[in-house]
Amino acid sequence: MSARAPKLEVEGLQKRFGGLTAVRDVSFSIQAGEILGLIGPNGSGKSTVMKSILGVERPDAGSVRVDGREVAGWPPHRIARLGVGMVFQHSRPLYRQTVIENIILGLLPDRLMHLLPLAATDARARAIAERVGLAGVLNRRPSTLPFADLRKMEIAKAIARDPQVVLIDEPFAGLTARETASFAALIAEMRADGRAVLIVDHNVKSISALVDRIYAMHVGERIAEGTVEEVMANPTVRKVYLGGALETAARPETAFGDAQTPFLEIDNLNVVYGKAQALENVSLHVHQGEFVAIVGLNGAGKTTLFNAVSGLVPYAGDIRRQGRTLRGRTAATIARDGVVQSPEGRELFGAMTVSENLDMGGHRLPDNVRAERREWLFDLFPVLKERRSQTAATLSGGEQQMLTIARALMMKPDLLILDEPTLGLAPVIMEQISKALARLRQSTEMTVLLGEQNVTFALPHADRVYVLEHGRIAWEGDPSRFAAEAGARYL
Amino acid sequence: MLRRALLSPPVLISLIVVVVASTLPLYVSGYVLGLLTIAYYFGVFSMAWDLLFGFANEVNFGPSFLIGLGAYTAGILDSLYQPPIALCVAAGVAAAMIGGLVLALPALRVRGPYFGLTTLVAVLILQNFVVVAASLTGGEIGLTVPDVISIDDKVNYWIALGFMAVSGAILYGLSRSPVGLILEASGQDPVQAGALGFNVVKHKLAAFLVSAFFSGLAGALMAFYLGAASVGTFIDVTVGVQVIIGAVIGGRRTILGAALGAVFLVALGETLRPLGDLATFIVSAVALFVVLFFPAGLLGMVKGVREAT
Repeated sequence: MSARAPKLEVEGLQKRFGGLTAVRDVSFSIQAGEILGLIGPNGSGKSTVMKSILGVERPDAGSVRVDGREVAGWPPHRIARLGVGMVFQHSRPLYRQTVIENIILGLLPDRLMHLLPLAATDARARAIAERVGLAGVLNRRPSTLPFADLRKMEIAKAIARDPQVVLIDEPFAGLTARETASFAALIAEMRADGRAVLIVDHNVKSISALVDRIYAMHVGERIAEGTVEEVMANPTVRKVYLGGALETAARPETAFGDAQTPFLEIDNLNVVYGKAQALENVSLHVHQGEFVAIVGLNGAGKTTLFNAVSGLVPYAGDIRRQGRTLRGRTAATIARDGVVQSPEGRELFGAMTVSENLDMGGHRLPDNVRAERREWLFDLFPVLKERRSQTAATLSGGEQQMLTIARALMMKPDLLILDEPTLGLAPVIMEQISKALARLRQSTEMTVLLGEQNVTFALPHADRVYVLEHGRIAWEGDPSRFAAEAGARYL
Repeated sequence: MLRRALLSPPVLISLIVVVVASTLPLYVSGYVLGLLTIAYYFGVFSMAWDLLFGFANEVNFGPSFLIGLGAYTAGILDSLYQPPIALCVAAGVAAAMIGGLVLALPALRVRGPYFGLTTLVAVLILQNFVVVAASLTGGEIGLTVPDVISIDDKVNYWIALGFMAVSGAILYGLSRSPVGLILEASGQDPVQAGALGFNVVKHKLAAFLVSAFFSGLAGALMAFYLGAASVGTFIDVTVGVQVIIGAVIGGRRTILGAALGAVFLVALGETLRPLGDLATFIVSAVALFVVLFFPAGLLGMVKGVREAT
């Protein structure tokens, strides 16, 4: 094998889930000592590519070669032993064991008769811990570590077996700027060690300083490939992330009559999950009848913000509706009083029919009002009428999303919160939902708070935009100024 | 790692408890000895079960399938041909392991709650088989096992205690060994364990076989102690429930706690026996209380207090 042979080669990779083709004809290769960034918005198929390399998913067609050997369809442990390591974004370490024992795990041979620990293994684990900067916490348990150290422990486990190919899933999610820098240094070190590194992330920006090349995906296919500059200049990439020429139809803030006491006011909201600060001093307001978009990448804190408004997570700070605080009120009363969420995870009643799901949303309405409301929603989403006696679990993703929104609308909300309604949907479905939102905006007085990472989808509807980044408001303003002032963050 | 584990407080305390327990025949009644003998066998059942639940993260609702296979195979062989007892016991162990393999191979391929359901169905099938094949198994009346290991209460007691101590040492050592670490990782995050190069199915299967080995062995030995085998003592779902509750009360992922919990449960049931049906109720209520409020179990509570300080 020549020295220039790539360490990892993916060729013509294809993966279908039922009728959905998640990955179509993806091909790339990575040399030793090279970092490739695989980017794409949610639902672009990048995770499926990673899982196919790892052996967690079995590709339907195409090949995956590690150091020249075909591994497509192999079980994960065999691929791992051939020299593929993975740094997981979410993992469950051994909580009862210490950090050093967790690293030792990565060094153990896969044999049933390995009953006695070896001193050599212990020494190697210590050396690895030293390298990634965990030397000071060797005997602590994972649950007592700060988040950044947990991520370092994952790196230590992944490189323990000295893999030639390392896959890293969203390396910087949840890290502060300083932690990000030390994490990036660890990844650069892998490159210096001659490993082939694949980083999977949402956008170019977060990994641009680190990668040698970028491979960009959208709805399962390659849209661009090349250096950071080339990919960022690529018109298709710009269109996918920013939309083409954005049409906006924003109404000025002065058009709303409640300037003194906006419908919804959020003051200095802070939410902490264990060690991670999910929201930091977030303040915003929404006027009666206004359509406000909260734009942010995965993990920026959108869902946490909405859950705080809905009374689902404890928080510090204040949230007021028409001047009255929502603190201390239960999620159920907040929703009954008209602040209704259409959740990201949909949370439909899978075994119930479309009609029954809608009736659950409208269970407090009188019979005639409920029927009227249902007809109005069937008019808004005609496909739901066709599917009315089908169970929710059998609907397509797009139909489920429409049903989720419709069920929320059955509650006659004053404020409708839409959390990522376009997640994982095909463009044609997004178009239909977009039209429905436009109709809502024109024909009702409803106030809408829309959380999205799909800027193209969100901006045409919005009167105002807030950008949420690492739990903080990073930008706010008029949608027409967004592309110029904040657009670069979304490439 | 291993040396520290061997000198850890739970091991030292267990050693002291075993030494003290071995002197009991000198001053307690035969009735208490008989009770504890049974309790020790249940201790092994529960420890073997904790290896699967606590480490492989698989809920085996059919511990009595493995126990019953061991007990009945050994008992039937003895009643038919009277070979040496050791041979009968070995056959019982082999049957439990083969049965375990046949059950686990397909069951480990199904995900989530289906593994548990499969094991539960296996118990019902075995129970029905024993009832239907009455000419061979004694059916609902039970099987008389003609040979016993010893007729001396004290000898039987020491055998059971020694057996539990040795089984506990092996299972505990296994759980603390490198393979135990791999097994725990496979149970906790199978995808990551696979990505670290571990064949998850292989390790879980091995754990199932080890569990079957000790369950079958304890079942066979207990049959030879009782001189009889019946569905109600070895196979019935309630037997399995007692094994499971013993392990959970004692403390998940502790192995030694499982033995403690099983002995506690047998002792409590017997102490309350004069209360009649109320005894079952109280035992169940205690179990429910522990599971709801102290999910880490008795040993987990002790450890929790120590780690917190």
